[in-house]
Amino acid sequence: MFELLGIPPQVLFGQLLLGLINGSFYAVLSLGLAVIFGLLNIINFTHGAQYMLGAFGAWMLLNYLGVGYWWAVLIVPPIVGLTGIVLERVLIRRLYHLDHLYGLLLTFGLALIIVGFFRQFFGVSGLPYPPPPLLTGGHNLGFMYLPNSRAWVILASLIVCLATWFIIEKTRLGAYLRAATENPTMVGAFGINVPLLVTLTYGFGVALAGFAGVLAAPIYAVNPNMGADLIIVVFAVVVIGGMGSILGSILTGFGLGLIEGLTRVFYPEGSAVVIFVIMALVLLVKPAGLFGRSA
Amino acid sequence: MKKMGFILASTASLLMAGAAYATDVKIGVLNDRSGIYADIAGEGSVIAAQMAAEDFKAADKGINVSVVSADHQNKPDVGSNIARQWYDTENVDVIADVPTSSVALAVNEITKEKNKIFLASGPASSDLTGKACSPNTVHWTYDTWALANGTGSAMVAQGGDSWFFVTADYAFGHALERDTSAVVEASGGKVLGAVRHPFPGQDFSSFLLQAQGSGAKVVGLANAGGDTINAVKQASEFGITQGGQSLAALLMFINDVHALSLEVAQGLVLTGAFYWDMNDQTREFSARFQERNAGQKPSMIEAGVYASVLHYLKAVEAVGDKDAAKVMAKMKEMPTDDPLFGKGTIRADGRKLHDMYLFRVKKPDQSKGAWDYFETVATIPADKAFRPLADGNCPLVK
Repeated sequence: MFELLGIPPQVLFGQLLLGLINGSFYAVLSLGLAVIFGLLNIINFTHGAQYMLGAFGAWMLLNYLGVGYWWAVLIVPPIVGLTGIVLERVLIRRLYHLDHLYGLLLTFGLALIIVGFFRQFFGVSGLPYPPPPLLTGGHNLGFMYLPNSRAWVILASLIVCLATWFIIEKTRLGAYLRAATENPTMVGAFGINVPLLVTLTYGFGVALAGFAGVLAAPIYAVNPNMGADLIIVVFAVVVIGGMGSILGSILTGFGLGLIEGLTRVFYPEGSAVVIFVIMALVLLVKPAGLFGRSA
Repeated sequence: MKKMGFILASTASLLMAGAAYATDVKIGVLNDRSGIYADIAGEGSVIAAQMAAEDFKAADKGINVSVVSADHQNKPDVGSNIARQWYDTENVDVIADVPTSSVALAVNEITKEKNKIFLASGPASSDLTGKACSPNTVHWTYDTWALANGTGSAMVAQGGDSWFFVTADYAFGHALERDTSAVVEASGGKVLGAVRHPFPGQDFSSFLLQAQGSGAKVVGLANAGGDTINAVKQASEFGITQGGQSLAALLMFINDVHALSLEVAQGLVLTGAFYWDMNDQTREFSARFQERNAGQKPSMIEAGVYASVLHYLKAVEAVGDKDAAKVMAKMKEMPTDDPLFGKGTIRADGRKLHDMYLFRVKKPDQSKGAWDYFETVATIPADKAFRPLADGNCPLVK
């Protein structure tokens, strides 16, 4: 068998697959951010907290109401999205005419409040969320043992990403959205309710974060800080992909997951910074990101 | 006028009390209050310090104790700034706790420089009583050598003679890996490799897969708190133990087990200095603590904060002064005795000596409910539990 830089191919395949799984989280989260930024011009720093809400939502359904994982996958994202809609209606919409920075400060502050609130009640160690029977166990792929829970993450996020891309790029609703992004006044003049569109888009972006949170619940510890570290990476992903680019954020999410996975084999100490190094390099060469259009 | 009268009256009553002296002691509890170590130390350590002052009845003995706290965010620069500010401008006499070895090593230096006292309960690195030892530091609860000696030897004795480490990439993880490797090799085992993960981490799958691929019999987790929780959870997901490898959580706290649930954590062997359900005294303290700490039982770190502050206050009372050199000398001269750790001593290099315990996490059906998690497998006597004085290379004892 061939070896690459002293790493046997089984190990390499395994790590690539794991990278893809982590990339799935990046893709779903950065997709939500990209959708929100594309239409609202808001840098949604609450995204990490909303991801955490998704995981806690699943936990609460299970522990308070006895509702299992599969229902949570369906119920929690819309609920988290609804909380997003309330935020948008009550707070965020007041900032549209102001500079990006105001939106960033508001959403960042909201994130701190939400996370602090949960930390007060649940502590930081996290809560156990047992995976449903269908997701326990796994398959031996020859080169690695793939837990069912991880396989499901890839599958679910691929479906969600593709569906979102399809809606935005290929349907009439998506066409309205894209048009409203380009020129809201003109689209409004055609009789389309742009503010409603904006609210629903924010809700949808937030629901994506909640969805990623539900996916994460059986894998990572459900704890209030779970989104805080992840969100910084996801922002880097969005910047690399090009702010507001739908396809860009999906492809970059999976791609950077792969690169990070490889770094964990060849130079694990660097795996926390590799994405930021790439971000710096991309910004040097293409300031608008890989898939972004320069303004 | 009224105020003046009050001051005069209180001064008079102090004078009349004769032998009574008033010493103001300010204790700064410095730890992680928001990150991955906030549940094993955090506010609980502050409560523990306050309880020590109350139980000691410090006020009745003329010692006026105030406790302040701050969040070092697990960052040495943040921790150093707070420590300097406390010592320089806020008259803090003692810094207690300080989990996260990288921060603790920095506070250790600053405390020496400012000639104050550092009661280290949270940090693990055995360097605090080794090459970085200080005349101003007491390392109370545990250290990486004791953990390695406890869990490492136990695993090798069970046949786990080849190891692969998943290590948190900072001072603590490195020290724990180093000390455990030494134990493994000294017992005839082999270390096949190690991978250093960023601190704090969330996804450990890559590192666990590398550990799986190494074929080592034991996967040693040289990390703590939220990192250990995630690593153990994911190790179970990736079938590490089902594949015949054993998992050694080299530093695990009761709060971690609580977060993992017994289903996931059962069977893990761990080394600790304290468990709430050891005797009547520990149970009594833990029940009072739990009431004040949002229903959580004390971790060994919080227990260590209580015991170390108690011993410090006893020394202040005995000396009748809070001069750092005199109090430190007294603390080392006086044997320690408290309800949580029993009788013990503090060695010249600052190492507090007490028994350590090898615990095993109970199976779900053995547990009577929340917090009933550990069974004691073995007691490691104080003289065997910690690194021999001569092996630490502490400059103070040469």
